[in-house]
Amino acid sequence: MAGPNSLYGPLDPAPDAGYVDAPPRMGFFTDTSVCIGCKACEVACKEWNLIPDDGFNLLGQSYDNTGGLTANSWRHVAFIEQPVADRGGSTDTPGAFAGLPVGPSVSAHTAVVAAGSGQDMGTDPGIPPAVDALAAAATIAPPRAEPQFLGMPGTDLPGRTPDAPRSDFRWLMMSNVCKHCTHAACLDVCPTGALFRTEFGTVVVQEDICNGCGYCIPACPYGVIDQRQDDGRAWKCTMCYDRIGDGMTPACAKACPTESIQYGELDELRARAQHRVEKLHEQGVDSARLYGESPDDGVGGDGAFFLLLDEPEVYGLPPDPIVTTRDLPDMYKRAGIAALAMAATVLASFLGRRG
Amino acid sequence: MRPREEAERPRDDSVSPPPAGRPGSGLARDEAPGGPVRDVARKGRRRGGGRGGDRSMVPPAEFRSYYGRPIVKAAVWHHDIAAYLFTGGLAAGSALLAAGGDATGRPALRRAGRVGALGAVLASTYFLVNDLGRPERFLHMLRVAKPTSPMSMGTWIFSAFGVTAGAAAVAEAAPLLPERGLLGVARKLLPPVGTAGQYGAAVFAPALATYTAVLLADTATPSWHAAYQELPFVFAGSALASGAGVGLLAAPAEQAGPARRMAVFGAAMELYGAHRVETTKGILSEPYTEGKAGKLLRAGRALTALGVAGAVLGRRSRVVSALSGLSLLTASLATRFGIFEGGLASARDPKYTVVPQRERLAQRAASNGSDGDAKTQQPG
Ligand code: SF4
Ligand code: SF4
Repeated sequence: MAGPNSLYGPLDPAPDAGYVDAPPRMGFFTDTSVCIGCKACEVACKEWNLIPDDGFNLLGQSYDNTGGLTANSWRHVAFIEQPVADRGGSTDTPGAFAGLPVGPSVSAHTAVVAAGSGQDMGTDPGIPPAVDALAAAATIAPPRAEPQFLGMPGTDLPGRTPDAPRSDFRWLMMSNVCKHCTHAACLDVCPTGALFRTEFGTVVVQEDICNGCGYCIPACPYGVIDQRQDDGRAWKCTMCYDRIGDGMTPACAKACPTESIQYGELDELRARAQHRVEKLHEQGVDSARLYGESPDDGVGGDGAFFLLLDEPEVYGLPPDPIVTTRDLPDMYKRAGIAALAMAATVLASFLGRRG
Repeated sequence: MRPREEAERPRDDSVSPPPAGRPGSGLARDEAPGGPVRDVARKGRRRGGGRGGDRSMVPPAEFRSYYGRPIVKAAVWHHDIAAYLFTGGLAAGSALLAAGGDATGRPALRRAGRVGALGAVLASTYFLVNDLGRPERFLHMLRVAKPTSPMSMGTWIFSAFGVTAGAAAVAEAAPLLPERGLLGVARKLLPPVGTAGQYGAAVFAPALATYTAVLLADTATPSWHAAYQELPFVFAGSALASGAGVGLLAAPAEQAGPARRMAVFGAAMELYGAHRVETTKGILSEPYTEGKAGKLLRAGRALTALGVAGAVLGRRSRVVSALSGLSLLTASLATRFGIFEGGLASARDPKYTVVPQRERLAQRAASNGSDGDAKTQQPG
């Protein structure tokens, strides 16, 4: 039951929520280093959970036409094109591109244009356009830097040519999802109890209870949960609560062809992720890092965590999220002081001289 | 896009290529070596030291994001909720005015306060229900009482306040009832019930006026959360000023004295709180000073000053008093909408999510580093 770490700090959420003999906490480990951007997860999620379509949108953000997580997209595959050199990803054959056309990357320019595109996804707030379109260039790279080769499509089957030359261009792809936070602000602030903690430690909305007050939406530090315009309710990933209860794997993890999305007991996934990141470092991929795996972070660790190859914000993730309810006791205290000041003011106003 | 900032930004072509071997390190729009992270840290230090200093010295924030799209989601609340921030505060302020007026024998304040409180409660109820995605499920709010949800707590506070304030207001109708019969009994029973309701409402009023500040602050909306220490004072002051406004509008000069003092104290509290919100939150103060929010908050400040001046100087004139009451009410409305809009603006721009969090990380890294140093210096 509720303990000293109920609002902040490391915690096993299911027992804290009152489950006796809860099963082990389940989670997702999304290893973006093997993601190929096929979006099978997005499709599988839509199919299994009967999520309405969100329109035929062309956002101009590389191959990302989903835009982000919304009430109608519970998995979202982010695409980032980066014409940058990286150990292990750069040209390793001098003169490999001799005679091929070279020119500046257009990605940064298209990013700026794309950032201004707003599409109605049928949800609120959905995917609004960027306030500052120029900022979008920082997703990619300097627009008019050194001329850089964009990488020609090969004519041979992948893998047939051993040691094929690599271009100075990389794509980051990442399947984003609700983090099923240890300290889930959405759940904390929900006034109806529609959001609840499952025995697996995940966070789920009960659609027959939600009255669409919308409080969970600004509360989530990751900008995950969102509201459908037509039915007014809040929706997000359930980690396929209706599947995992039967011992099945969530639809996205099941569909992922590269095991970029791994489902399992959170403890085991954390160990596996640690091993994977060490291996990548050994192989020279210094940029590999885990995100959301630490129980000591601002949300007590994510039930769904990631291996990233760049800063979190490049993928649209907050670099250092802290659950807002950490400060709730302090907020109530401040409000209490203000309320007392208010009462004192009224007393002083009426006790003063007549007039 | 903000034209002013764009002008200050280095043009696209001034960007240097990324240093080899550091993926993405050259992605920020600045030429400083060391990349965006160092830049943010440096700026943070300057901001911390130069509090209240020249804002134009702060260069445009350097940060990265996913196509410039927001990271946290902005509240989906419509203007209903901003309006409720005002009407809820008005209800609280009016109820306190009524209680004080009744206790000190000022019937005009009592009547205006009770009626004002009920009117504001009814308006609030409409706004609260109308803003729901599923208005017909309003009562689901009363399934649970949940301390971690300021909205749940607020619903209960509002319900208790509504019942008591409603009883107080209905009791005002007692003298209109006939003296005999069943209604005659009601005529006799209503006044004590009304008095009880009035003091009950006065007990809940300060909570009603301040919980809305917690409601906004308990989100990931950067500028609301950052202001959590002062927002309750802004809202409490604003509620007092608007309650005083009702008194100034409705009461004759000889009864309006307490309303004038309430206006002065309330305005002082509100202005002090708002000033701190607008100046001490670093980059997160910015959304309150720019755009729509900035305009609203500036208008609120001017109208508050005007209202207070009128309340103090125009105490002999019924017209000047009423006008200053109106000014205070409008000021409270503008302030609430300003705070509301400022928060939304901070959620829509990923800068306000990324830059402060990066600063926090840099600070933590720095303090961890110095901890390490201290440890190595310790013998043993
Ligand atoms: S706070 Fe956001 S990320 Fe965490 S469980 Fe709730 S919706 Fe998911
Ligand atoms: S919108 Fe629904 S799920 Fe979200 S806080 Fe309100 S009642 Fe809870």
